Amino acid sequence: MASVTRPASPSAPEAAPRSLAEPGAASTRTARLLTRLRPVLSSRWWTQPLGWWSRSLPLRVTSTVFVASVVVLVLGGFLLMQQATLGVLSGKRESAGNEARQAVDSAQAQLNATDLSGEVNVDKLLYDLAFGFASRSGGNEQYQVIISARGQTITSGDATADSIPAALRTQVDAGSDLLMTPTEVVYDDDRPPVAGLVAGSALTLPGTGRYAIFLVFPLTQEVNTLAVLRYAVVSTGAVLVLMLTFIAALVARQVVVPVRDARRAAENLASGNLHDRMRVRGQDDLARLATSMNDMAAEMEKQITTLSELSQVQQRFVSDVSHELRTPLTTVRMAAEVLHDARDDFDPVSARSAELLQTELDRFEVLLNDLLEISRFDAGAVELSAATVDLRSIVDRVLDAQGALIRAYGVPVSVHTTGDTTAEVDPRRIERILRNLMTNAIEHSEGRPVDVLLAGDADAVAVAVRDHGVGFEASQAKQVFLRFWRADPARARTVGGTGLGLAISMEDANLHGGWLTAWGRPGLGAQFRLTVPRRAGGLLETSPLPMAPRDLPVPAIPAMEEPGTPTRPEASADDTPAVLAGASPQGRGLS
Amino acid sequence: MAGGSNEPAETNGSRPRILVVDDDAALAEMLSIVLRNEGFDPYWCAYGDKALASFRENHPDLVLLDVMLPGRDGVDVCRDIRGESGVPIVMLTARTDTVDVVEGLEAGADDYVSKPFKAKELVARIRTRLRRLPAVVEEGEADTLLIGDLTISVDGHSVKRGGASIALTPLEFDLLLALARRPWQVFSREVLLEQVWGYRHAADTRLVNVHVQRLRSKIERDPEHPEIVVTVRGIGYKAGEPVRA
Repeated sequence: MASVTRPASPSAPEAAPRSLAEPGAASTRTARLLTRLRPVLSSRWWTQPLGWWSRSLPLRVTSTVFVASVVVLVLGGFLLMQQATLGVLSGKRESAGNEARQAVDSAQAQLNATDLSGEVNVDKLLYDLAFGFASRSGGNEQYQVIISARGQTITSGDATADSIPAALRTQVDAGSDLLMTPTEVVYDDDRPPVAGLVAGSALTLPGTGRYAIFLVFPLTQEVNTLAVLRYAVVSTGAVLVLMLTFIAALVARQVVVPVRDARRAAENLASGNLHDRMRVRGQDDLARLATSMNDMAAEMEKQITTLSELSQVQQRFVSDVSHELRTPLTTVRMAAEVLHDARDDFDPVSARSAELLQTELDRFEVLLNDLLEISRFDAGAVELSAATVDLRSIVDRVLDAQGALIRAYGVPVSVHTTGDTTAEVDPRRIERILRNLMTNAIEHSEGRPVDVLLAGDADAVAVAVRDHGVGFEASQAKQVFLRFWRADPARARTVGGTGLGLAISMEDANLHGGWLTAWGRPGLGAQFRLTVPRRAGGLLETSPLPMAPRDLPVPAIPAMEEPGTPTRPEASADDTPAVLAGASPQGRGLS
Repeated sequence: MAGGSNEPAETNGSRPRILVVDDDAALAEMLSIVLRNEGFDPYWCAYGDKALASFRENHPDLVLLDVMLPGRDGVDVCRDIRGESGVPIVMLTARTDTVDVVEGLEAGADDYVSKPFKAKELVARIRTRLRRLPAVVEEGEADTLLIGDLTISVDGHSVKRGGASIALTPLEFDLLLALARRPWQVFSREVLLEQVWGYRHAADTRLVNVHVQRLRSKIERDPEHPEIVVTVRGIGYKAGEPVRA
């Protein structure tokens, strides 16, 4: 409840702080903010998946496993491919190197053995040499031979001289070592170039000079092998990712299904179905969770049953006590009435005693009834029997019934109604609340006027009872509803309240889903406000009436409608009774 | 029907006899003092199981019956007495909030007073139950009234369907008569409480509900679909249209 901590200064601006103090104001503002944000929120496409993400544990687990396994498998596949490529290439390089050396050596030997005595057709010789190598390397085309001699190139296969990098060519021209370098084998037909190795060396033909010989090793086979391997890695990886994701989903489901069961069981328990139990399957952690939940439910059920039994025992006890007390009380009361009726024949002492007996018995009975009522609330044995009534008619009835008290205190009482004041309430309880508030107001009014304000809006109807009596400290606004609470223990108790009236009123208001609030300032009087939802079971957000009285500061009351109302509380002390007594007491609207 | 015996007793000189059934001796004695003081003739019975015998022996004009009794429950005693007489029964109950009240009323009690009551309150209730509605023919009113297919003889205190008379307790007769006298009017429960039970302030409307049910069970052809005492939703009851047989 919004407690108004506004200083009692009469000149403090009234309207603004009060509207902020209303309990519903903050929530209305939040709602407005949300409305403004909604189109922005809904235009974001990711809100929906994000919602699923935050709601579904299996989805989270599955997608995490999916992403993680993709990362792991990509890394693993990459590494595997690199290792495989390296291994295949270095093996090939070694074997190619050996083969090249052997080939070059045997070519050199062949050249050395050539008879150079006659006219030597060097070109033919080299040509034969090249093709000799090429055919020796076998049909499997392990290598092809390219010999460059005196400006012309002799190739043994379909690899062109473009396959030989220029750098290698220069190096071979310079030295005689066998050199090897990776290259791209270019073919003279339409076949796409493939990766390969090329080894280069120089052959010397005595008398004619140096010839560069290159052996081209196309890596077609190795590239094919690696391609097959890559395909295998990728497809295995993809299948693995899918399988892992599936497994993760399966595992998540396996875990989540019992957890969901547990959640459902817990919700069931919370909603009061204490008999619900979880199924226990197996002996794993989840089964143990189910067992613990069931144990907890059983324990709770036991405790609650015990408590409700205790409460029934207490209720029964209160009921029995009531019966046992009521029968003798009836006798005593009738006896007291007989004595009271006959008191004129008694001596003064006995006569006064008979009177005291009578009045105190009344008080005793009221107290007993109040105690029983409170114990009924405590036992939860109360129910609302709602009917649609005009609260104004209840107010009139209460004022009617309290006519004697009002006259005895000489208090002018006026009623102001604004709007529709019909509501679905329990008329007996509302009457009890209002009777109580009126009695309090009249008894504490010190002869100054009491105002009853009624107002209704779309969802709520409120009744405020305002007195200009002694009032109370702002800090006591909650305490007044405590049982047997007394504002000033030192003050003599002249009026016969039981000390339970406001506590019962509070319970009655709560039973309606309504509010009962108190406002008071020493010397400025008090205002008690009852707000009930217009329809039974409705929720209250705001009250049609303010918690603090409207008549305190200057701007709260339109001057046109309330010409006589004092503008300053100080002035009210002396002026108000006269002014309001002259005004029409009932039915004036208060905007 | 014993209901015929409760003429306004004060007028014919003899004091109305009241049977007090209560196990609390002090309360019974106090009640006796007050009742005798008010011009009644009280008899006391302390046991539930002896109440019916005492009733038969004393022929009371009214029974004050405590709910909690040794021997036999007050509600059962009420049912016993109602089984053979329409004499007014006022229950004394200590519990207003339990089913006791409704049970007692359903068993046939006309009214109830909750403890602790004031002597004046109790005496007022007793007098109302003994007085009856002015069952004389009002000016300009026919001696017989028609309600539904029933014929009420106001003077003769009798209700007939066709030629067969229906036995009603005085209270039920008063209730039916109140409705039949103003067939155009819808009676709220509060108005009936005032006219039939004599409550001037709002009282327990369960009294009306229970007695309308009891009345219907006696006079309606189908109590589930009443045609004589018709419910007007949200307001109360009214008399059904007269049907000429």
